[in-house]
Amino acid sequence: MDICSRNNVTVTGRPDGPAVVLAHGFGCDQNMWRLIVPALADRYRVVLFDYVGSGGSDLSSWNEERYATLDGYAQDVVDVCDELDLERAVFVGHSVSAMVGVLAAKAAPERIGALVMVAPSPCYIDDDGYRGGFTAEDIDELLASLESNYLGWSSAMAPVIMGNPERPELGQELTNSFCATDPDIARVFARTTFLSDSRRDLKDVRVPTLVLECAQDVIAPREVGAFVHAAIPSSRLVTLNATGHCPQLSAPEATGEAIQEFLESLQ
Amino acid sequence: MCGINQDPEPSGTGDGTGTGTNAVFTALLEDSVEELYESAPCGYLSTLMDGTIAKINTTLLGWLGMDRETVVGRLRFADLLTVGGKLYHETHFAPLLRMRGEISGIALEMKVTGGGRLPVLISSVVKHGSEGEPLLIRTTVFDASDRRTYEEELLRRKQEAEQARAEAERARAEAEQARRQAEADRAQLADALAVLQQSLLPASLPLVPGLETAVHYHTASANRLGGDFYDLFPIDDTRWGFFLGDVCGKGPEAAALTSLTRYTLRAAAFHDPEPAVALTTLNSVLHDRYTATGDPRYCTAVFGIVEPGAEHDQATVRLASGGHPPALIVRAGGQVDSLPTPGGMLVGVLPTAPFTTAEATLAAGDTLLLYTDGLTEARTGPTRKNLYGEEALYAFVAARAPSAPQEVITALTGLLGSFGDGLDDDTALLAFGVPAARPHTLPATDHLR
Repeated sequence: MDICSRNNVTVTGRPDGPAVVLAHGFGCDQNMWRLIVPALADRYRVVLFDYVGSGGSDLSSWNEERYATLDGYAQDVVDVCDELDLERAVFVGHSVSAMVGVLAAKAAPERIGALVMVAPSPCYIDDDGYRGGFTAEDIDELLASLESNYLGWSSAMAPVIMGNPERPELGQELTNSFCATDPDIARVFARTTFLSDSRRDLKDVRVPTLVLECAQDVIAPREVGAFVHAAIPSSRLVTLNATGHCPQLSAPEATGEAIQEFLESLQ
Repeated sequence: MCGINQDPEPSGTGDGTGTGTNAVFTALLEDSVEELYESAPCGYLSTLMDGTIAKINTTLLGWLGMDRETVVGRLRFADLLTVGGKLYHETHFAPLLRMRGEISGIALEMKVTGGGRLPVLISSVVKHGSEGEPLLIRTTVFDASDRRTYEEELLRRKQEAEQARAEAERARAEAEQARRQAEADRAQLADALAVLQQSLLPASLPLVPGLETAVHYHTASANRLGGDFYDLFPIDDTRWGFFLGDVCGKGPEAAALTSLTRYTLRAAAFHDPEPAVALTTLNSVLHDRYTATGDPRYCTAVFGIVEPGAEHDQATVRLASGGHPPALIVRAGGQVDSLPTPGGMLVGVLPTAPFTTAEATLAAGDTLLLYTDGLTEARTGPTRKNLYGEEALYAFVAARAPSAPQEVITALTGLLGSFGDGLDDDTALLAFGVPAARPHTLPATDHLR
């Protein structure tokens, strides 16, 4: 199976523009970027994809061993970049994908020239002197929540879109895959995400980096954003006046502007 | 219905019926929308787009044990959730709601003041303004305690079933592994047994000038060492030793006994080739080694010396027997003789045992046959109750006489095959004879040699 099918790769925007790769985090898929893509499409070649196991990816390519570590996801990123022969692309990673981007940039420095880390956290669990925001028990509770909603999965997936006449891009197809994950795969992704500790990898980042945090984020509190910023000398920290863990949905304009500003600074 | 009271009017009705209905109807009309909102049998909650709680009904406040003042304008929807629920809310619920404008039937848990948890089912819808801009989120909350208990039970059963399936799969894999191992072990053992068996029997009979020889060995089970043995070997330029016998028992112990017997007889033959002496030596060795130490084991055996004549027209045979069926001689003239060896005892039972030596001359065309009792004790007949017996054997051989050694062995091999599962013991057959002056075999059997 070719990589474009395996990872459900979508390439849009300006064909000869600089490449920007948008990577979703745990929970949903590339549709997370729907509200950001239009702002970037005029000037950039926008690459979207789903990690194997998520969204419209090829589930038969998933195996627990590979996707039980962030390196497995980073390999997906490198595979996509190789397939499209991207050079020094800007990698925009949301949530856990921000750390996946760090690993991918280390593995394939010629492919990734800059990083945008949206609501990143290198370690979700509190540790000696470090506040990630969660305990191991909290993560177990999340896994239980995933299990509880297993039965309600199909109703959560009901393809109903209401009241978005001004957003025709929210097409029918997105609800068919958005946030739909095989429960067994979701469990592995959740474990990998929330039990990971990539703090030591931050110091290896050499490329220009934008750390984009939300003013109010339960999953990635501001202490964590400050930690990431401090650990990456080549980084810039921008705090969005947004609530929640998904500023690309809750504050798409501000998020898009911050990303564009960073992209322009790279020129 | 069952009683005899035929009172046609139920009590409590009468002329008040119309008044009661009106009262209920009036009460319904007076149920204000506000009252319905506050006291509905489900929780209501309205939040700003950032999750800040703008409105919450009394029912939900009651469930959570919270005051309106501490909630409205101060907390966000996610603050009402347990930590796991918050994570789920941020990673699934909120993105889905943003993208779709609606989400329903999501199972979460809310924190209750005082430390409890309330399992709930939540549905939310985004209210949009006239320009389509999202204004607020309306959420209904259903108490799902009972349903959650049931679902948890289902989940638990599912997990148990998955675990049981995994365990069954693991057990199956282990059984398969054990089976493969057992098969490998059995194959290895069979190889070892085959090698060991080879050491108990000569790989092939030596060529004896002036004699034709033939042999057949049938092992009752591939997985067990046979208890029968035979050998034919040169003693000096003119004389050849031979023996054939049957040790008691089967398996490894029988193999050890066979090995001791074989090498004792071979050694004895070089020391003093007198047949009775060789068997006496064997008797002493077996008795000292086994019976005297409280482990009585024994064998039956025929031991002999054959000396082909210089002209190859006859051979002299001297043999002794210990508890073994007598040798048969198929004469060139067609008659079948036995070569009795009176007084022969089982070898190894008594400290001393008398063995006598018998002597015979084989003329050209005569064949001497030695066999073990696997042949004569094969069970025959439809019920497998009858033993084949010596008489039948004599008749079988006589019917084919005269016969060269290979002809006798070939015929008897066929006979053994015809016994099927009636042949349940090892069987050794050894025949030798002086070739006839002119061939009396049919041409068709020549190529079988």
